[in-house]
Amino acid sequence: MPRTVKNTGIKQKKRSEPGEYSSLLSKKELNKLLYNMKLHRESEERILKLYRQGKIVGGVYTGSGMEAIAVGSAYALEDEDILVPLHRDMGAHIVRGNPLKRIFCQYLGRANGPTKGRDGNMHMGDPELNIYGMVSHLGTMMPVALGAALAGRMRGEKTVALTYIGDGGASIGDFHEALNMASVLKAGLVLVVENNQYAYSTPNSYQYNSKNIADRAIGYNIPGVIVDGNDILDVYEAVRKAVLDAKAGKGPTLIEAKTMRMHGHSAHDDHKYVPPEKLEEWRAKDPILRFEDHLRKSKVFTEKELEKLHDKVLMEIEEAVEFAEKSPLPEGHEALEGVYAD
Amino acid sequence: MVKPVTYIEAISQGLREEMRNDESVFCLGEDIGVYGGAFKVTKGFLDEFGRDRILDTPLAESAILGTAVGAALNGMRPVAEMQFADFVTSGFNQIVNNAAKVHYRWGGKVPMVVRLPCGGGVHGGPYHSQNVEAWFFRVPGLKIVAPSFPYDAKGLLKAAIRDNNPVLYMEHKYLYRRIKEVLPDDDYIVPIGRGIIRREGNDVTVVTYGSTVHLALEAAEELEKEGFYVEVVDMLSILPFDKELMLDSAKKTGKVLVLHEDTLTGGVGAEFSAVITENAFEYLDAPVRRLASIDTPVPYSPKLEEFFMPNTEKVLKSLRELLAY
Repeated sequence: MPRTVKNTGIKQKKRSEPGEYSSLLSKKELNKLLYNMKLHRESEERILKLYRQGKIVGGVYTGSGMEAIAVGSAYALEDEDILVPLHRDMGAHIVRGNPLKRIFCQYLGRANGPTKGRDGNMHMGDPELNIYGMVSHLGTMMPVALGAALAGRMRGEKTVALTYIGDGGASIGDFHEALNMASVLKAGLVLVVENNQYAYSTPNSYQYNSKNIADRAIGYNIPGVIVDGNDILDVYEAVRKAVLDAKAGKGPTLIEAKTMRMHGHSAHDDHKYVPPEKLEEWRAKDPILRFEDHLRKSKVFTEKELEKLHDKVLMEIEEAVEFAEKSPLPEGHEALEGVYAD
Repeated sequence: MVKPVTYIEAISQGLREEMRNDESVFCLGEDIGVYGGAFKVTKGFLDEFGRDRILDTPLAESAILGTAVGAALNGMRPVAEMQFADFVTSGFNQIVNNAAKVHYRWGGKVPMVVRLPCGGGVHGGPYHSQNVEAWFFRVPGLKIVAPSFPYDAKGLLKAAIRDNNPVLYMEHKYLYRRIKEVLPDDDYIVPIGRGIIRREGNDVTVVTYGSTVHLALEAAEELEKEGFYVEVVDMLSILPFDKELMLDSAKKTGKVLVLHEDTLTGGVGAEFSAVITENAFEYLDAPVRRLASIDTPVPYSPKLEEFFMPNTEKVLKSLRELLAY
């Protein structure tokens, strides 16, 4: 079912260019965007707390500061589309309907999580929700998304597949192979480059020698779009257009969302290689605070409504944590199950 | 009279029948459409099935294999062709870290087949002659098959396409046009995971698969003239493999030669040999022997390649040594 978009007549005065698609979002939808970004942020904060308490035994990678990209992009998809998120895209999982309870079970290695304890953190997928789980090797999922889009087209469906890559992952060969092939086959692939300026500790100046990753689109003869990754409406606008273009048979789009990774690569990384003033600069552009501010100023939400939303988010997360902590761990011998499909 | 079918025709037949029977089956690879494939397995397929189902791709093995993974996750049954098995390394990660692990990790099904034209004896040199099974053999989640005759080439391909897991299909180039057989008309499959006894015997067992099955059969023929009866076990499937069949034969003859065309060290034969030694030690009258290609890249020049690979002479020598125990 296509999502209904309504013109609510909200004027985005603070935005330089009111978007064609984002201006159609209803109050309910704007609320959902904010709600999902907050769930993303606060879930990861809670996960970090669990990590520090020693309750999460493996790695934790957050998308702090990047929530607008995960949420805004995934929100631009229709139900029949395929989502292939990466490790900083918690918000995309949440938008898609991956329940918080299951997500916390995943982090805590529980038997009732989406991988039954066989894999950790954001390495989860769900065939029912059309979410394909990532592998650690960045880049690997780009051709997978391409294949999923082609499969839909072969059946006469207008399936679009959305996947992501970072500024580091864009150096991997699969980036080229997938975009080139997607362009040749005019596949319904939308690739969002989450340019958060650091691949683990490697800054962009060590990673590529050009101004923008989106410029590479020229070489594939596909649209290359640059968006403010900390502005959810900007992200939504670009991805929504790319999704609709892909559905119209116009082929893939490369979108580069400029942002900043506000935490270390993973929970153990002290992030010291990033100059503090840079973090300060980006803290002022926080995507959640910015969006709240926008909603407040455009009088979509009152202060009270925003506070209520925040409380709701925290409450839901606590419920999910409680559920996950009470959930059983898998027994050792269950490691044998599921290697092969029937 | 019914016309015998070559090994490569059997592959084409199996593929065509599955594509006709099931709309979710499609092929992708380099030069497979307009050109009909480097070896012509998909000759005429483009006309019958159209461009969407016979997908000519750019030269990009990782994208081909990754696309197959994605299409499989989204309900299709892709058959990806590697132009030569050797080139699969350019997409290695998609197979071993993605396709093989998806179901275990989050329950997605990856019903894909990777066709791998493999093997030497065709003067292809280091990059057009390799047998690649050992690189994948120790990856849980994969299946690997290696037919030796047209009947099995067709039946195993059909089984591979219908399987809900990633299957690596090793098709031996040397056998393509050299081996012929009359095939039944019915829609049969050869089940993955089971081998067969190609030739019965009581004196010594050869456990083998793929091209070297034919060497074993030639050697068995020769030794029968001398009064020795060789049992030839054709494994057909390498992963999972038919332990029971292999062990039953080992226990019966007490002498086993494990034979394959892939190089010796760390080859599939090492595992076969270990399984036999572990499980049938009390029945053995001689150590399990292995015969394989020597541990070098596949050399190009005819005399070098001949020296490199197993042949009937070498099989006979190994078997005579075993029989002498």
